[in-house]
Amino acid sequence: MAIASAVPVSVEPDFYHTKTKYKGILGWIFTTDHKRIGILYLVTMLVFFFTAATLGVLMRLEMLTPGRTFVDAQTYNTFFTLHGIMMIFLFIIPGLPAVFGNFLMPIMIGAKDVFFPRLNLLSWWLFLFGGIFALVSVFLPGGAADTGWTFYVPYSVRTSTNVIPALSAAFILGFSSILTGLNFITTIHRMRAPGMTWFRMPLFVWSLYSTAWIQVLATPIIGITLLLIAIERWFGVGIFDPTLGGDPVLYQHLFWIYSHPAVYIMILPGLGVVSEILPVFARRTIFGYKFIAFSSLAIAFVGSLVWAHHMFTVGMSNTGMFVFSFLTFLVSIPSAIKVFNWIATLYKGSIEISAPLLFILSFIIQFCIGGFTGLILGTLAINIHVQDTYFVVGHFHYVMFGGTGFGLFAALHYWYPKMFGKMYKQAPAYISWFLATVGFNLLYFPMFVLGYEGMPRRYYDYLPEFQTVHQIATVGSWILYAGIVVMFVNLVVSLWRGEKATANPWGGETLEWKVPSPPPLENFDEIPVVTTGPYDYSKYEKAAQEVK
Amino acid sequence: MFQGSSPFSDYVDATFLTIVGVSLLVLLGLLIAMVYFVIRYSRKRNPHPTNIEGNVPLEITWTVIPLALFMGMFYLGWEGYRQMSTIPEGAIPVNATARMWQWTFEYPNGVTTDTLYVPYAAPVKISIRSLDVNHSLYIPAFRIKKDAIPNRVNTMWFKTPRIASYDVACAEYCGLQHSYMYTKVVSMDSTAFERWYQAASARQSKTYEPILLSKN
Repeated sequence: MAIASAVPVSVEPDFYHTKTKYKGILGWIFTTDHKRIGILYLVTMLVFFFTAATLGVLMRLEMLTPGRTFVDAQTYNTFFTLHGIMMIFLFIIPGLPAVFGNFLMPIMIGAKDVFFPRLNLLSWWLFLFGGIFALVSVFLPGGAADTGWTFYVPYSVRTSTNVIPALSAAFILGFSSILTGLNFITTIHRMRAPGMTWFRMPLFVWSLYSTAWIQVLATPIIGITLLLIAIERWFGVGIFDPTLGGDPVLYQHLFWIYSHPAVYIMILPGLGVVSEILPVFARRTIFGYKFIAFSSLAIAFVGSLVWAHHMFTVGMSNTGMFVFSFLTFLVSIPSAIKVFNWIATLYKGSIEISAPLLFILSFIIQFCIGGFTGLILGTLAINIHVQDTYFVVGHFHYVMFGGTGFGLFAALHYWYPKMFGKMYKQAPAYISWFLATVGFNLLYFPMFVLGYEGMPRRYYDYLPEFQTVHQIATVGSWILYAGIVVMFVNLVVSLWRGEKATANPWGGETLEWKVPSPPPLENFDEIPVVTTGPYDYSKYEKAAQEVK
Repeated sequence: MFQGSSPFSDYVDATFLTIVGVSLLVLLGLLIAMVYFVIRYSRKRNPHPTNIEGNVPLEITWTVIPLALFMGMFYLGWEGYRQMSTIPEGAIPVNATARMWQWTFEYPNGVTTDTLYVPYAAPVKISIRSLDVNHSLYIPAFRIKKDAIPNRVNTMWFKTPRIASYDVACAEYCGLQHSYMYTKVVSMDSTAFERWYQAASARQSKTYEPILLSKN
């Protein structure tokens, strides 16, 4: 992005080395700098990610043979519950917005910080407390929750395990999410640099903006639902519990009214990362900027109206089935538009292969497979068969992990030099991409086969005919895990051993590449004046014309 | 995988394969385009990019074509579901009651059993209830399932395509023994079924009335 003034060479130290009010660890946990808060989220979140991923690998190991492989049924049930709770509430919902949104969004729009820096810190503290509640629920007497991450009533009312601490965790984490959303909306409205019009914003910022609205509007519903559960338990008012005259289906509606939009909280920032990284390595502008920007808003809007497609077998009216299936197909349109525009962005580019781009290419194909299987799930007649089977498990892992997860890996490799001022080793990054892609597909593709053959999900034991396919998936989980380990070892080791990164190693045109790596405390010595769109690579084209 | 049974499984499998086919074509197209562009427009082969901002007719094309395809898929799904949810008149009424972790089936005269015996090719209407938590009655071979929810009665129907037995599973997580909540649907020819029904009625001291009489 062209800036009126010359690229500033900052004389200020980077934000890691700026004197802060507090020293050492206190300088981190009481910081109001959006970059430090981003790093705090990154570290906390990766701890949860590795714990949950390890649980996932253990689950696959248990599925190696029918019957008991190495844990009993109760342990397995807590495994998939914890895996789901941690991955969803502690990793993928905060994921990209809290880490990369915090670190980069203010810089990308030319601001010194977010609009409410102290609220931002409070969000992280709420996130931490929520995480601690989730961990406490594992170790309290009674045992870890065994309800699945959906906490369906009445099972969640009847089980003796620690459901209430786990629900409290979700409640607290919800506030963290709402406050972050509120902060981002305000920041994007009020803090854009002069000349940074809406349509000059990087597309990652557009996706964060759409996400933030869902966070603010949808998250309170899960809070209200959890409060209703508390009222029911403490005052005996029948709301969800059938023994008190409540309706378990009402719980499912309320749960999915939040949790389906939450799915878009998880994927939209990932889509934003793709739109952000593709033009840089294709060295040309994004194809169809406005279509991509508005498709984010369309997804956020229509995505709020499709929740009951998680409930096609509960016994809904035919009208309900018709409407929710129809809307589900509609919400796939903006996603399809994005994919076509991404592919078109590669056309006549000048493409340089790099680790971030490879993760993005895997993302696009895996996201497509997730999308196509989503169409299959949206088709009523087929949904009845594959609902609550491994088909669904395969589908959402393709979108959430094959999409958002790979988007996060891409984002890490893309913004790593900016965040840490170091460059990682290339060869291990390529190896980790290869292992992760092969392992991922080997792990999750067989689940479509299992599901269509009638293997229900959340099964500790299974019929012998499913064993071969289960074993293929388990082998895939080992390869995937190996890829992730290689990736993080490389990234962590490079913090010390990596070469010093330049301000703009990839040739990006967005504002974060116009400040030093790592950026100084308040990002800009002087607030930039923006005069062009975010992916203006016309200088390369002009260079070509001059050669001719 | 596609053994073809029950009135719905052929339809569901055909719809599934249609969507998979269309999806595979589009996916392959996207994959080939992506890989081709990455190779053809690599920095080495194409050092000078062309900035193309977009193309509105193209955007309209790739909005309208998927929309048409998706509406087709939606229609196929809705049509199939309509058949599943339209219970034929005169279907044999059977109650299915779920509890942790067992199914109980109850016939019109009060005979109960833990395996679902049905006469071959006759439509059967199952009314599904639960005594404790949510369960889901799932017959994979017939491509049908319906949740069992306390304080609610859900219905589904099927007819068996062959004289054979089929797995019945619980598809909604219900705790410790969830994965063991299997039973069978056993399809018998009409005489064998009536013989079984008569004997079961006698064993459980219920009045026997032939179920299939009205149809013969």
